[in-house]
Amino acid sequence: MSKTILTVDDSRTMRDMLRLALIDAGFNVLQAEDGVHGLEVLQGETPDVIVTDINMPRMDGYGFIEGVRSDARCRTIPILVLTTESSPEKKMRARDAGATGWIVKPFNPEKLVDAIRRVAA
Amino acid sequence: MDPMAEIKATFFQECEEQLAELESGLLAMEGGDTDTETVNAVFRAVHSVKGGAGAFGLDDLVRFAHVFETTLDEVRAGRLAATPEVVKPLLRSADVLADLVRAARDGGEVDQGRCDACAAELSALTGIEEAADGDDGMGDLDFQPMAAAPVALDFELDAPAVEAVPETAGWSVRFKPRPELYAKANESVLLLRELARLGEIEVELDAADLPLLSELEPEGAYLAWNIRLRGSASEADVREVFEFVDADCELEVHALGADGEPMPTAAEAELDIAALLSMAQAAVEGAAAEPAAAQESETPEADIAAILAAAQAEATEAAPAADTAPAAASAQSNRRAGEDRRKVDAPFAGDDKRTEKKLDDLAKAAATATAPTIRVDLDRVDRLIDLVGELVINQAMLAQRVTEAGLARASSVAMGLDELEQLTREIQDSVMAIRAQPVKSVFQRMPRLVREVASITGKQVRLITEGEGTEVDKTVIERLTDPLTHMIRNAIDHGLESPEKRVAAGKNPEGAVKLSAAHRSGRIVIEVADDGGGINRERVKQIAIDKALIAADAVLTDEEVDNLIFLPGFSTASTVSDISGRGVGMDVVKRSILDLGGRISITSRPGLGSTFSMSLPLTLAVLDGMVVTAGQQTLVAPLTAIIETLQPKRADVHSLGGSARVISIRGAYVPLVDVGLSLGYRAEPMDAEQGVALLIESEGGSRAVLLFDAIQGQRQVVIKSLEANYRRVPGIAAATILGDGRVALILDVDTLVAASRTAEAPKLLQAG
Repeated sequence: MSKTILTVDDSRTMRDMLRLALIDAGFNVLQAEDGVHGLEVLQGETPDVIVTDINMPRMDGYGFIEGVRSDARCRTIPILVLTTESSPEKKMRARDAGATGWIVKPFNPEKLVDAIRRVAA
Repeated sequence: MDPMAEIKATFFQECEEQLAELESGLLAMEGGDTDTETVNAVFRAVHSVKGGAGAFGLDDLVRFAHVFETTLDEVRAGRLAATPEVVKPLLRSADVLADLVRAARDGGEVDQGRCDACAAELSALTGIEEAADGDDGMGDLDFQPMAAAPVALDFELDAPAVEAVPETAGWSVRFKPRPELYAKANESVLLLRELARLGEIEVELDAADLPLLSELEPEGAYLAWNIRLRGSASEADVREVFEFVDADCELEVHALGADGEPMPTAAEAELDIAALLSMAQAAVEGAAAEPAAAQESETPEADIAAILAAAQAEATEAAPAADTAPAAASAQSNRRAGEDRRKVDAPFAGDDKRTEKKLDDLAKAAATATAPTIRVDLDRVDRLIDLVGELVINQAMLAQRVTEAGLARASSVAMGLDELEQLTREIQDSVMAIRAQPVKSVFQRMPRLVREVASITGKQVRLITEGEGTEVDKTVIERLTDPLTHMIRNAIDHGLESPEKRVAAGKNPEGAVKLSAAHRSGRIVIEVADDGGGINRERVKQIAIDKALIAADAVLTDEEVDNLIFLPGFSTASTVSDISGRGVGMDVVKRSILDLGGRISITSRPGLGSTFSMSLPLTLAVLDGMVVTAGQQTLVAPLTAIIETLQPKRADVHSLGGSARVISIRGAYVPLVDVGLSLGYRAEPMDAEQGVALLIESEGGSRAVLLFDAIQGQRQVVIKSLEANYRRVPGIAAATILGDGRVALILDVDTLVAASRTAEAPKLLQAG
């Protein structure tokens, strides 16, 4: 049974790249366009790992992570944050919001899959 | 187009949208709009462009976007007021950004001076000293193009220099998670697994902090691990494993001595339990299970006690084997890690090269990769299609006039006309392609439907879709949703058995419904297949008899029984369920498919499931047809149905009494339908030897021979609805206008064949 990954990103380009990389690596892929949409998707699905962007309209990545962590059913899903910043305070901010780990953009497929493997049971 | 090129094209499309967003946002800000959402949108636009540009290695774009973004971040944070003096340079920067995007796309040149000046202006606004070349400490490392593998990770080294320990036998790691680590969905066992990938490990569980049960917090973290890692991994490697959790745990990393002895720690000295990796895992799972157990159980203490007791027992048992066991465990974990690595690495080994090549190609192809799209009012497209239809008719008329004028085939006029015909056909195909869309838009709605119906019926259903990219006319797609929805509902509600019944029948309790689309000989075939119990023919027949749909003594083939469900007024559910029973039966489904010029058929195997197969025309506007004559009338038979043409011989035709006749074709008897007679153009059957015949096959697979007076030729005709302009006529699908300006009827071959099997065959038109 291959793992299911939910990606949350408002950029079509990023969504397409994530989808391509994840599908090539044999994952099932669910996609959402922002935090609100992401939480909607989670009502019907329980992915193994979530990969989310931070800067998004409607609900940003921090809000989304809080939403996931406050949901009894979804709180144990590992969440990886996509960040263009490698600065420690950005990472701390994501970690404080409840992120499991992070991937620095631009990612290559290897890096992405490696990060997913590290947090996925 | 290959996927990367497609994504790059998407990126440039998206850039255009973001640039438009950026400009309108900045203009609003210039007009005094201070709404945070406006500023956020502006920031996101630039951020998004930067993110994508980074992925494609568009360094110039990334550098400028980064400076721009930094300035906007200041505005967003309220540290820089959006005064006109600030917004003006921002607008100028937006223009530079747009130029850079277009240069990246079209391969043109950018005014480097203007770009640098603008970047300097931006930097001046923020007072943040950042050179326009953008080397801001995140430059090279992070903004390598995707193809350039491997990318080094930043390790956040807060430990002393790595190179200080060139030759180590390994590392001793003490790892004690805090509760926050688990709250962020990190797992100790996964970290241990990662560590095991670096070399041979021995893991000791330190359970010294485990409190008494009464004091145990369900979500607390009490366990710690001491790990000895042997091998050549560097301290940075070891710390990288804990990169995500270093703030949520206590972590000590010490070099192992040359003799392989670790620097002893207090905890190790006290504890003499050598724990296997698997044991550690059991303990972690136990700990992880605690919160759940505590929430669910009325007496959490009892459950936790049981888990702990079990863990303790294992630990005691394992202790004597401590000497040999760790080696075995680490060997095993190494092997597993090796396998994992192979699995993960393999797809990418070739991938990077491929991506690299793709990017090379992209660089060369540059602008050509973009596929700009425009939105056009559908009415305009339809008007164009109508006009092209008229053009086709006109061209046919002209060709006929030329022939009538007696011009030779080789004359320049006739040859010019042939070229015109080819061009017309190409124009027609191109126009049709505008309306073609993938069936994905319909298929996409189905997973949700399946979930809903599955939950109402209490069945477990897996939906499999295939051929989502198959293209068909937009009108066909729009009118496909309702029949498909109903068929899928039916497949789950009537087709699939309940999970208990499935298990009893030795099947997977989860039923499968497969929805597939494919092009087949100029048509699109859409199938809805379930792996349920198949059609209960006994019951179907009984219901049809009960409802007086068929005579009680009717002898029906299996196929005919299956087709009974398409009869109006037929419903197999003994109680009307709230899913299928919405007043829509399979008869309505069949009707809507027929209206689309399509056909529907069933194949069902008891115990194995049923398949509904729909065959639809790709477009509703044109048809390849055989133009024939029957009783002075010109008719068109759809080419897709025709298998061959033949000249009947008297010896092959046999009368069955009345007007019914069959013809022997290579030993098989096929019903012979006299079309002139069936449509009432002639009162008496014609002599088969005097006519020509078309062997046709209906969607159901049954064959018949249609008898005509003569064949005029093969032609593409523009379909004009008879129903819309006159009324529905049985046996006639539509009409068209021929080259001579006369209207010709297009035959509905299936109805003709079906009618030929019943006694009313000759009375078809009168009956209609």
